[in-house]
Amino acid sequence: MQPFTSLTATAVPLRAENVDTDQIIPARYLTAVTRAGMGDGLFAAWRYASDGAPDPEFVLNQAQHAGAEILVAGRNFGSGSSREHAVWALTEYGFRAVIAPAFADIFYNNSLKNGLLPVALPEEQVAMLWDLVDEQPDTVIVIDLAAQTVTLPDGQQVGFAIDPYRKTCLLDGLDDLGYLLSKGPQIAAYEQQAG
Amino acid sequence: MKPQTLFEKVWNAHVVAQDEGAPAVLYIDAHLVHEVTSPQAFAMLRERGLPVRRPDRTFATMDHAIPTRDVDITLWPSDAATQVRTLRENCQDFGVTLFDIDGPVQGIVHVVGPEMGITQPGMTIVCGDSHTSTHGAFGALAFGIGTSEVGHVLATQCLLQSKPKTFAINVEGELGPGVTAKDIILAVIAKNGAAGGAGHVFEYRGSAIRSLSMANRMTICNMSIEGGARAGMIAPDETTFAYLKGRPHAPQGADWERALARWRSLASDEGATFDRQLTLNADQLQPMVTYGTNPGQGVPVTGRIPSVDELEDPAERRSLLSALDYMGLRQGQAVAGQPVDIVFIGSCTNSRIEDLRAAAAIVQGRRVAGEVWALVVPGSKAVKAQAEREGLDRIFREAGFEWRGAGCSMCLAMNDDKAGAGKYVASTSNRNFQGRQGPGARSLLMSPIMAAAAAVHGRVVDVREML
Ligand code: SF4
Repeated sequence: MQPFTSLTATAVPLRAENVDTDQIIPARYLTAVTRAGMGDGLFAAWRYASDGAPDPEFVLNQAQHAGAEILVAGRNFGSGSSREHAVWALTEYGFRAVIAPAFADIFYNNSLKNGLLPVALPEEQVAMLWDLVDEQPDTVIVIDLAAQTVTLPDGQQVGFAIDPYRKTCLLDGLDDLGYLLSKGPQIAAYEQQAG
Repeated sequence: MKPQTLFEKVWNAHVVAQDEGAPAVLYIDAHLVHEVTSPQAFAMLRERGLPVRRPDRTFATMDHAIPTRDVDITLWPSDAATQVRTLRENCQDFGVTLFDIDGPVQGIVHVVGPEMGITQPGMTIVCGDSHTSTHGAFGALAFGIGTSEVGHVLATQCLLQSKPKTFAINVEGELGPGVTAKDIILAVIAKNGAAGGAGHVFEYRGSAIRSLSMANRMTICNMSIEGGARAGMIAPDETTFAYLKGRPHAPQGADWERALARWRSLASDEGATFDRQLTLNADQLQPMVTYGTNPGQGVPVTGRIPSVDELEDPAERRSLLSALDYMGLRQGQAVAGQPVDIVFIGSCTNSRIEDLRAAAAIVQGRRVAGEVWALVVPGSKAVKAQAEREGLDRIFREAGFEWRGAGCSMCLAMNDDKAGAGKYVASTSNRNFQGRQGPGARSLLMSPIMAAAAAVHGRVVDVREML
């Protein structure tokens, strides 16, 4: 897994609540047997007009937000299907962090397993970020995982919570599998006793 | 000992290791796999040269991408065929049992697991699919996982999990005629919100829950995820045991007796406490219909779509406006009378034999209205065969429904069963997300009998007027 230590990047405001994983990547893009190529399907229904050309109305297609690596969205982001493809689509497109007031559980877990940092900030902070980034799309935001802070250019700083174990895994780029495999003897003992 | 909840009993019995400051290593009793979310996990095993630790505890189905018309696989779109071929190869190479499309047992993963008796009380069950919560109807702790976690379970039969909190959903009383399990869960989600269960496991309790059949309990647990919870559970009882007895994977003989004794001890203890509670009176429930683009946006069929003035929260207002804009519906509009173009009876929420019987009883001797495209997609081959033995297929066909093979179909529109842009779908499935049933399609979620009534009238009607 790609480690996540800190990120200095611009952000794109997605003013919507309950953005579900069918929105992040529609089912018709899930037909691959590899992880690659999911970026094309990201927000497909919003991103492309009916003729397949980019829809200029959609915020991701607007030139002033090109290259943004932080997505700022409304509450209950990533609800619905367990498809990890949603996270792969976001990372392949170039996002490294998502800021929202709250995330759906499975999406949150899937993000952590792919080095995509989900940052839960209070509703007012998210609304403030939306306005700020709308007015000044080149606003550079710094997310420091070790310090668990989000810092704005004027020095304003907000903290965020993250499970300490997950934090260590992200900082060091470790996935769960190595840890689980190291528990082999305990797993075998459990299996023996449980029959 | 401190009184424990059903969830705590199952959780505690599966903790293999718990290091200070780390999530628990949780043992998984049964792992269900399907063609869409598993290929990358098997690929990871191959890359790292790892075997499947417990192929005997791993079961694969094909359901999401497959066509439900009787067509030769060589005529399928190539990507769906590739997923099917890939799953076949993976199951063969890793020694995993596969319920293949051309075999006798096939269907939606959450219909087939219980049907085969794989799903049992007290188990931990996972699948790369959020509606794994369905299996909680048996008193199992069952939840959806991502593809990375599918790989972890394949390799180690374990997952690293933080312990969720508990949330009791008490439903007391008796459902009125025409009010179903689907209406209970849609009412719970409407009341508690689509994210209201985040971080929690629901336990559905109370007299209304205890009186439900296993099919109906599965309908409720299925949509726990729509209420934001990872899992939903119901304590096993005589209804559960009667359902399981004699199923192919259920314990037999002396093992059955031992299992029964264990299963009987699973219910939440008297005095066990939950982190949160919600109580609903079954007598007051009505058939529900969703009008929006998240499953919490539902009202009784006699009700009206809210208007923004009734909502305080700016986020809720924004949500309502964007949902109505997508749905082409108006604030304050009555949901009854809304025309529908398509009726879909199917999905892991409502495609079991009981669902089809109930819908057929409404359809019998009636016709699908004018231009409505109506289809019934049974949850499994076994459900389909049973329905055909009972003559339900004839009732549906004579009324003008299409009668399909088993699969997910228009629940997620990965195959060619897609609703067109702008079309209204009266659907028995679980998600009304934008584009879920086809790009631009507009879903109205409801019970099987409400969907059957909508098919007959070509619009949303109160099914109680037809009983
Ligand atoms: S029927 Fe729908 S919800 Fe159920 S497993 Fe299939 S796609 Fe998922």
